[in-house]
Amino acid sequence: MAATTKPRTSSFSRNLSSAHSSQTPGLKHGPNGTTFISSGIPDLDKILCGGFPLGSLVLVMEDAEAPHHMLLLRNFMSQGLVHNQPLLYASPSRDPRGFLGTLPSPGTSKDSKSRDSSAEQEKGLRIAWQYKKYFGESQESVNAIDGKYEFCNDFDLRKPFDRHFFSGKHVECVSILDSSSLSTTLDRCATFLSQVPRFGIQEDFITWMSHDNSRNDGNISSAGRIAIQSLCAPQCDHSNMEWEMLSFLRSLKSMLRSSNAVAVVTFSPSLLLPSFSKRWQHMADTLLSVKAIPDEDKELANLLTGYQDMVGLLNIHKVAQINTQVPRILEATTFSIKLQKRRFLVLECLNQAPVDGSTGSSYGSTGSCSGSSKTGSLDF
Amino acid sequence: MSRMTSNLLDEAIGIDDSTNLSPLVGRLLLVEDCVETSGAFVLHHLLKRAFSSPHSSNAVIFVAFSQSFVHYDRVLRKLGCNLAAQRDSHRFFFLDMLTVGCSDRSGKETDEGVLVGLYCKIQRAVSALIQENKRHVTILIDDIPLLEVAANGSSNHVLDFLHYCHTLTSEIGCSIIALSHEDVYLDIERPLILQMEYLAEILIKVGPLATGIAKDVHGQLTVLNKPVGGLQENLRNRVHNFQFYIKENGTEFFYSGSRA
Repeated sequence: MAATTKPRTSSFSRNLSSAHSSQTPGLKHGPNGTTFISSGIPDLDKILCGGFPLGSLVLVMEDAEAPHHMLLLRNFMSQGLVHNQPLLYASPSRDPRGFLGTLPSPGTSKDSKSRDSSAEQEKGLRIAWQYKKYFGESQESVNAIDGKYEFCNDFDLRKPFDRHFFSGKHVECVSILDSSSLSTTLDRCATFLSQVPRFGIQEDFITWMSHDNSRNDGNISSAGRIAIQSLCAPQCDHSNMEWEMLSFLRSLKSMLRSSNAVAVVTFSPSLLLPSFSKRWQHMADTLLSVKAIPDEDKELANLLTGYQDMVGLLNIHKVAQINTQVPRILEATTFSIKLQKRRFLVLECLNQAPVDGSTGSSYGSTGSCSGSSKTGSLDF
Repeated sequence: MSRMTSNLLDEAIGIDDSTNLSPLVGRLLLVEDCVETSGAFVLHHLLKRAFSSPHSSNAVIFVAFSQSFVHYDRVLRKLGCNLAAQRDSHRFFFLDMLTVGCSDRSGKETDEGVLVGLYCKIQRAVSALIQENKRHVTILIDDIPLLEVAANGSSNHVLDFLHYCHTLTSEIGCSIIALSHEDVYLDIERPLILQMEYLAEILIKVGPLATGIAKDVHGQLTVLNKPVGGLQENLRNRVHNFQFYIKENGTEFFYSGSRA
């Protein structure tokens, strides 16, 4: 990395968001000296203006009755695996490692589905002579074809990762079911984060920036991902220890701040007292919530276009403000979660369905009643 | 050093008056925000004010639970204030409770012990500052709910701590600026927030815009300035309502609808 990407020590910092991405796969420079990693959902990265900044705590509020938060978690974890980033996964199940079998593998949503099948045969003909070296012994990553990793991949929710894919990866799994699990998990997080190359103090940051390639050795790239599922699940022994959970979050956040990793924690706010739920939300750097939509909601179906394709709604409550005091004003805060070709997760702005004049009385009547707004201007 | 132009917030708090050397002395200023709108920018603004006033007798003790020094340093630099330099010149004491409070969890310190230790640090810093002829010391706490987490939920200990700090304001003439979250305390019977609001002479409430998301307004502010010494003429202008737009190098305050 040359001196061009070095952060300035003066108070004026160049906006690096447009600059080329760093050489480390899966990392992207953002404004204010932050570095982004991808959420695993291209649309979400766009909405959040880059992704999740390193050192931030992302909280996802679950829908108590639907597993939509798992979609976010899976893509987040899969993206980490694609970029060879160390991963720590904690869940309230007895066997958290089983969850890895459900992680989606990267695919391409642009091309039609024929690509997956034809790529296998054509590879030998078209690209083998030139690009053979980029295929390792495993051929799992389609995105590696052009020799470099993309920042964010599309993930095919119907195609799980192969078992052997996990062999060379740094993946840890922790169960948070037991009584002492919070402190154990925290210790696991601490050791996990200590293995990820860290940056902390400003002076170190610059040296880290210029030396990160040298530190980026072996299998460990320089960003870690922690995914914790349903932290306050009622089957966990700690679920009634509100202050311990808050203290856990606080410690996790403080550890994250001094390391380059991102933690995504999902929780169900309905299982917490309202005041504690608010405390959790205040703790978050980035706060999202997911909601399922009811199958046969006639009112909503009339109101929104593309209601049939939606699987849920995503709300963005907070966007991380690291090293800045300016909050981001988003175009919209509610997005619909859709499955493109039943495989790829996409987020779309909610669009109100146009109501035609014959059936819908609302649109026509407001147009004539509040004449000052539209028809009034035409009179002049 | 040229004086900064004062804005609506300064006027509402009463720190725009250059004839009054220390308008906040002995007072407690409470900032309340909510999940939707962070009130941290008010702290940044007041922190900058504390250092940019021409009186070099100002000093700040910053009790930081929510962010690291790097964050505050970067934010304040963009506001035109170098915290590291201020720290070197002994005008800025940074108590990093984000990392320190968590790393010694193996030490089995009691809930009370954390706060007692913190208060001792503050008191030591204050007396050291007074000896260095820094007459006006401001204690900034960011933020109260995290202080509660550090005390493991014992709000009595937090209240004790705040009362101790409050004693400093009357004894030595410190001022306290604290950030709290309004929505955390909305639905429960908790003495903490009520006592805080009672103690506070100036209450600043930060919230999202009542009319919904806007492109060029970040939220609205209500400043409640309790009259000092029961002066009746002050009663009239006690409550100020205005809106704000946060930028990297400062915050714009304006009355609703008055922005061009």
